Amino acid sequence: MADLATTQRKDQTEPARLDPYQIRADFPILATVNRFGKPLIYLDSAATSLKPQAVIEAVDGYNREYSSNIHRGIYELAERATGAYEAARAKTARLINAPEPAEIVFVRNATEAINLVAYSWGRHHIGRGDSIVLTEMEHHANLVPWQLVVQEKDGDLEFVPVTDDGLLQLDVYEVLLHLRPKLVAFTHVSNMLGTVNPVREMVEMAHAAGALVLIDGAQAVPHAPVDVQELGADFYVFSGHKMLGPTGSGALWARRGLLEAMPPFMAGGDMIREVHLRRSDWNEIPYKFEAGTPDISAQIGMGAAAEYLMALGMESVRAHERELTRYAMEVLPREVPGIELYGPAAELRGGVVSFNLPGIHPHDVAQILDRSGICLRAGHHCTMPLHERFDLAATARASFNVYTVPEEIDALAAGLRDVVRIFDR
Amino acid sequence: MDDLYRDYILEHYRRPHNFGVLEAPTASYEGSNPLCGDRITMMLGIADGVVREVAFTGRGCAISQASASLLTDEIKGKTVEEVERMTPDDVLDLLGIDISPARLKCALLSLDTVAHALADDTEEKAEEKAEADGSASGAQSH
Ligand SMILES: Cc1ncc(COP(=O)(O)O)c(C=O)c1O
Repeated sequence: MADLATTQRKDQTEPARLDPYQIRADFPILATVNRFGKPLIYLDSAATSLKPQAVIEAVDGYNREYSSNIHRGIYELAERATGAYEAARAKTARLINAPEPAEIVFVRNATEAINLVAYSWGRHHIGRGDSIVLTEMEHHANLVPWQLVVQEKDGDLEFVPVTDDGLLQLDVYEVLLHLRPKLVAFTHVSNMLGTVNPVREMVEMAHAAGALVLIDGAQAVPHAPVDVQELGADFYVFSGHKMLGPTGSGALWARRGLLEAMPPFMAGGDMIREVHLRRSDWNEIPYKFEAGTPDISAQIGMGAAAEYLMALGMESVRAHERELTRYAMEVLPREVPGIELYGPAAELRGGVVSFNLPGIHPHDVAQILDRSGICLRAGHHCTMPLHERFDLAATARASFNVYTVPEEIDALAAGLRDVVRIFDR
Repeated sequence: MDDLYRDYILEHYRRPHNFGVLEAPTASYEGSNPLCGDRITMMLGIADGVVREVAFTGRGCAISQASASLLTDEIKGKTVEEVERMTPDDVLDLLGIDISPARLKCALLSLDTVAHALADDTEEKAEEKAEADGSASGAQSH
């Protein structure tokens, strides 16, 4: 009895463990081999994730069985397509605990979501002398759109600096908030350092200063529980293709009031209620922001991905990836002499480990590992200012997902030792 | 073990030929490959239409550094016309390894940078000529 009680208590505090070996069976691509007959060791999930059978079938099902346009036809196929598309919206809303599906706008990716906000909200609310606060660790997707807005509107950008350990300097953030910025936009999880930012606290601080907040969740939604209501943000963006969904799928979440007040981003079919030759009335949200035929099958696939992740349990996903990260940060320095890791301790990061081997360019590292079937990202990962901050031209990056197993990290360590051997011979 | 990372490629990477700076280059250009952060500066000393001296600095991957090392050896002593006629295939032949499409930019950065340096050089000459032909005001703003 006592045993049972402790197990139960344990169940409440600790999420169920994922079985990544069983999960791997859901990903057909993991059964493939490269041109040298080596099995795939995919360590580039931060760029895009692999897709499980359930997602592949959802996309395929649409194309095979009910390919038709949505929100238009009144025949059976079209109703099915519309139903599946709207069901995907509801699943996506559930994944991030959005209050209602209508607050989910489907877009092609996180980049498009940020541009939507920059064009539709930014261009109407940022004026001369207004500032937007960003951070030094932003992906170009959450930097360049704001550069365009302030260039056009004569506003200013301010940046929260990053410490040597890869953390945001919150004391400077607090000072920047005294400038009364109109908007604060930052990434939930850094795609280079892996840093998980204290977003809830940052949102509270921004709201206290009267700013709206956009969170770039591209590297968060796939890997940890995200509850937009708890975070209290105003805009939250993410890509479907990094969360086991198809490329061409993504979402913007924003509070209903904001979306309703924002003018359309793109104009055309589907986003209107009534069209006259000289003026039109906008459709209700989210359709107001979904002009033209969307990538229907991709969004249906994104819904299937959300469902797949929720079935695994996002707490369990996070625990699995944290364990892998801890393992990688322990094994790599031990097994690969001289390796330099960037970013904070494993406890403070998502499943991303960026590194360099002394005197060896990351491109050469990635090229040599490719022989062993290891897929690794090399370059600046669309974070050039962050690389400059650390005085790095480029880094190599390993990133993990639900299907990653410790043996792959061992293979990475062995591969890196080979790289060092080749360059030292 | 690896076709790409042959001994001579790595040798050029570790000890690149013509690595350094020229005191008074007649043409120079900094080229970069933003995707991978490769960056090299090519400096040429041209006299009577011939590349008499050449040097480069910068950092990058083994492929781009070896390519710059081999290319600078190759063009030293050639006429500007000969260098201008060099094609990407010539550089790939110098490297002597199979370059995957993803690495072509690395392999060709050196040639591209040399081409830009030469173009700048001829432009400068044209400018100088124009200035000399035009007003006699000797002051130069660069
Ligand atoms: C933090 C972050 N934000 C935004 C993006 C952009 O995502 P997408 O290319 O899907 O628009 C990425 C993808 O690399 C990312 O890592």
